[in-house]
Amino acid sequence: MTPLELGDDCLVLGQRLAEWASRAPTLEEDVALLNISLDLLGVARTLYAGIGDEDELAYTRLEPDFRNCLLVELPNGDFGQTMCRQLLFSAWQVLAWESLLFSPDLLLSGVAARALKEARYHLDHASSWVVRLGDGTEESHLRVQAGLEEVWPYSYELFEQDPALEAPWRATVLPVLARATLEQPAPTWRPTGGRHGHHTEHLGYLLAEMQSLHRAHPGASW
Amino acid sequence: MTQLVDVEGLVRSLPDPELPFLTLDDLGIVRGYVADGRSVRVQLTPTYSGCPALDTIREDVEALLRAHGYDEVQVETVLSPAWTTDWMSEKGKAALAEHGVAPPGPVFVPLSGPLTCPRCGSRDTEELSRFGATACKALHRCRSCREPFEHFKAH
Repeated sequence: MTPLELGDDCLVLGQRLAEWASRAPTLEEDVALLNISLDLLGVARTLYAGIGDEDELAYTRLEPDFRNCLLVELPNGDFGQTMCRQLLFSAWQVLAWESLLFSPDLLLSGVAARALKEARYHLDHASSWVVRLGDGTEESHLRVQAGLEEVWPYSYELFEQDPALEAPWRATVLPVLARATLEQPAPTWRPTGGRHGHHTEHLGYLLAEMQSLHRAHPGASW
Repeated sequence: MTQLVDVEGLVRSLPDPELPFLTLDDLGIVRGYVADGRSVRVQLTPTYSGCPALDTIREDVEALLRAHGYDEVQVETVLSPAWTTDWMSEKGKAALAEHGVAPPGPVFVPLSGPLTCPRCGSRDTEELSRFGATACKALHRCRSCREPFEHFKAH
């Protein structure tokens, strides 16, 4: 895993979660999703600053230059689907940061030590919501199961660089699904390509919105 | 070379922009500094990855040291070892409680029961939300005095 891949995951998911601003089911969740977004943005900034110019990396690259996994660029869907993605991604990110704690790359090990605590907190948050919605009403159960089906196929791509993370990831995620009375999806396809710059059509729209200000007014600051 | 001023003392006494009753010393984020003539490099450890206060702290440190005669001020962030609330001073934790924010406990002894209300001291409290107005806080409520309060999370 490279700083660019890890940073792009954080930037793109941070931007996606920010779309929940003023739209979450409760004020507390609005605050929670934006706090998670801010954590992710902070990690992306630290990683970008360690390998180049933050603004150039975030605002001037096009889709094929981005190395994030496809999971993080998917549209948010409903709140249940967003929580499913948070569960799958945070569970992986916790393991990824743990595996980098003793990396000889001081940028990665430094970021990992701090981001790990944050990712664990994000995972707790997502797990509790997936259980609450899955084991909730008939309606919430149906919707969170549908959201899970939507994002699950994209989880396989997470293990392309480090397949050793898959077993502990399943040991984290499957018990949460069981408590949530949700079924593990059995998809017939495994989309991939993000780490090579082959993205879904959704990334372009996300970048267009995120980069428009900088492209119109290069170097603009608050 | 003689030093212009007590750089470390000045930096440590700067207030945190979001929790101004805490100093940078209370937060435990000041790692050290290197001064050379009229230039100085200050090293800080960031708290949360995306904490927007860090940008303000950086500007505050720069303005402060420029006002004390340094022409060139650099603020470096030191990532490793990662910051923890265990580095906060006892004075800082007491200041949090005085201002109605439940201070963090030790990181490796996670709480099993409810928090103590910083206003009335009751243990009959509950968590409202795991996230709060800033990255470092969560929202709780006291069932005895009926007041909501914030908790500075152990991190």
